[in-house]
Amino acid sequence: MNAIDLSPIAETVCTTLGRWLSADPGDVALGLRTIAVGSVCNVSCAVLGCYLVLRRMSLLGDAISHAILPGLVIGFLLTGSISIVPMFAGALVFGMLTAFLTQTLQTYGRVSEDAGMGVVFTSLFALGVVLISGIGRMHLDKDCVFEGKIDLVAIDITEFAGLGVPLALGSLLPVLVMAVAFILLFWKELKVASFDPMLATSMGINATQIHYLLMGMVAGTTVAAFEAVGSILVVAMLIVPGATAHLLTDRLGWMILWSAVMGVLAAILGYIGAAYWNTSVAGMMAVAVGGQFLVVVIFAPRHGLLSKLVGNLELSLRIVAEDIVAALYRLEEQRTGSSEVDRATVDQATWADCRGFADGSLLTRPAAMMLRLRGQLAFVSGGRVELTDAGRRLGNSLVRSHRLWETFLDRHFELPADHLHEPASRIEHFIGPALQEKLARELDGSAVDPHGRSIPPLEQDDTN
Amino acid sequence: MMTQVETSTTAAVPVLDVHDVTVAYHRKPVIWDVDLTINTPQLVGIVGPNGAGKSTLIKAILGLVPMASGRVSVYGKPFRQQRRLVGYVPQRESVDWDFPVNVLDAVLMGTYGELGWLRRPGRKQKAWARECLDQVGIADLEARQIGQLSGGQQQRVFLARALAQKAEIYFMDEPMAGVDAATERVIFELLRQMRDDGKTVIVVHHDLRTIAGYFDEVVLLNMRLVASGPVAEVFTNDNLRKTYGGRLGILEDAGEAMRAQERSQ
Repeated sequence: MNAIDLSPIAETVCTTLGRWLSADPGDVALGLRTIAVGSVCNVSCAVLGCYLVLRRMSLLGDAISHAILPGLVIGFLLTGSISIVPMFAGALVFGMLTAFLTQTLQTYGRVSEDAGMGVVFTSLFALGVVLISGIGRMHLDKDCVFEGKIDLVAIDITEFAGLGVPLALGSLLPVLVMAVAFILLFWKELKVASFDPMLATSMGINATQIHYLLMGMVAGTTVAAFEAVGSILVVAMLIVPGATAHLLTDRLGWMILWSAVMGVLAAILGYIGAAYWNTSVAGMMAVAVGGQFLVVVIFAPRHGLLSKLVGNLELSLRIVAEDIVAALYRLEEQRTGSSEVDRATVDQATWADCRGFADGSLLTRPAAMMLRLRGQLAFVSGGRVELTDAGRRLGNSLVRSHRLWETFLDRHFELPADHLHEPASRIEHFIGPALQEKLARELDGSAVDPHGRSIPPLEQDDTN
Repeated sequence: MMTQVETSTTAAVPVLDVHDVTVAYHRKPVIWDVDLTINTPQLVGIVGPNGAGKSTLIKAILGLVPMASGRVSVYGKPFRQQRRLVGYVPQRESVDWDFPVNVLDAVLMGTYGELGWLRRPGRKQKAWARECLDQVGIADLEARQIGQLSGGQQQRVFLARALAQKAEIYFMDEPMAGVDAATERVIFELLRQMRDDGKTVIVVHHDLRTIAGYFDEVVLLNMRLVASGPVAEVFTNDNLRKTYGGRLGILEDAGEAMRAQERSQ
């Protein structure tokens, strides 16, 4: 009947993968089917979930996925069969009802949004559980609600184009197509209604209608996904891939694509993990998506913890290096007697002194190495250190910034003299040439700081 | 375009006519029986103490909160038929600036109203959005994510987005709140330019010191309309005292009574 026969390709894939993984080709086929079902389900949840995350309604997905339970049961009661249409309709009604009741409680009932949501979905879920237990003759069992039957989807198949296609895809694929079509068709409406519902409404794009459309889509997707993979995975997939993707990008389109990638990846990793540890497939997929989030939180290029840590480390290193340079510059200043006060015989500083300049910081050695590599610091005989010309220019700029700031504080804040050094030491690292110039102008070219030390004029770079 | 013809040939019709507008939250009125007519394109400031209902009045005019009574017409027709003539700048804090869009995307949202269903902004809209960004002086920031901007720059993005709406009458909710003095001057110059181009700009403003310098007309609001008209006539000590010298106790009492009534029902 089918014109196309893909079975040879499928067979090749399964045997090749089987040889590679040293597994039975039949098991590989089962695995691929499970991963296909998981991927389709995860992607539909993930792309819609992006909007829930952005609208700060992540938990509404959770609420809806629980609250549809009585809808499923009532759909079954009215028709007496576990066919998808009536149960789907029942669930859709209850999904929308959750969104509506939450909104209404918040607007009219003096109930905060989170409390309202909590009341609505727990009550409806409980109603569903009671209905299931009361009926008894229903084939929906409670474990199935949490974990779904993804372990079985690979066996429950039909023949199509020579392939054994899981029956579950019959409801999941249309849902995926609908979710993608919804996002593409309403792209700009969803975008503006999510970002600025007030503006959207004032322009005639009814943000409330868009909200309920989205909730309808979430409810529909949840119902279809629910049967296959259970509520834990649905809730995880609605929230986690979107939250992960938001950390990776600053554009909406990329965020949605990334969330889909995360969904597929979670299906693959989850299945492999479950096979390896011989545990629940749906549970493992949810764990995998959580693991992805953790990895991204740490390693994301811009918003990740690691890049923040590296940034902080770089700053600390720079500050330690600059403290050393400024201290050496001051010593030189005293030695050459260009300063009026503190004129004394000062020995050339040694490497050991540097640690003192940096308050004993652990970063002293790396900072000194960095300065040397940059040609700002030279190690001379007898363990002594010396500024190079480049180092001297840096020191000059730092000390100039420091004393300008002290002078500025003294003039405008009327602080006692012992309150000036600390803030100046902190800020000297952040005063660039522009601000230095501005300060100097503000202070009318004042040449002496409040302690009586001269503010060094800017040394020009003679080399170019 | 049609809208252009309409606005230029109907000079006798007021730009904005707000008739007897009352807005209530939980049945308790927050603004009472406001009448407001703006006859010609102007720069209009709305002032009043906290909780006076300034933002609420704008939102009611734009159909963002339901009116308990009253009607609004823009260039002689009900607001619903004239949406395309109206632009809106909400308060800066009302949106999530972490939202994954860049500056150009955000400004393009202003063109969504003129695009129908299914149409996406194309080259023409992008060129126009860039022009709007240029007018507010941040053309170089178009590729930045909006959360990476300073407060003043974010406010300019909102203004550029409003310009992109190509409206005739603009409502702006505190566009100068939380911006530095330099940005405030730039914004004000832009508003004046818009007025000179024949637009009407209605601005909720918080700084009484700058009212006289910035605006042609002023609306003094404190739950009810205290006064409205040219700044020179209306912005008087007497009116300011009426606006800021505490609520009219009787309005509060009446509002409470209406709410209490509902509770006992």
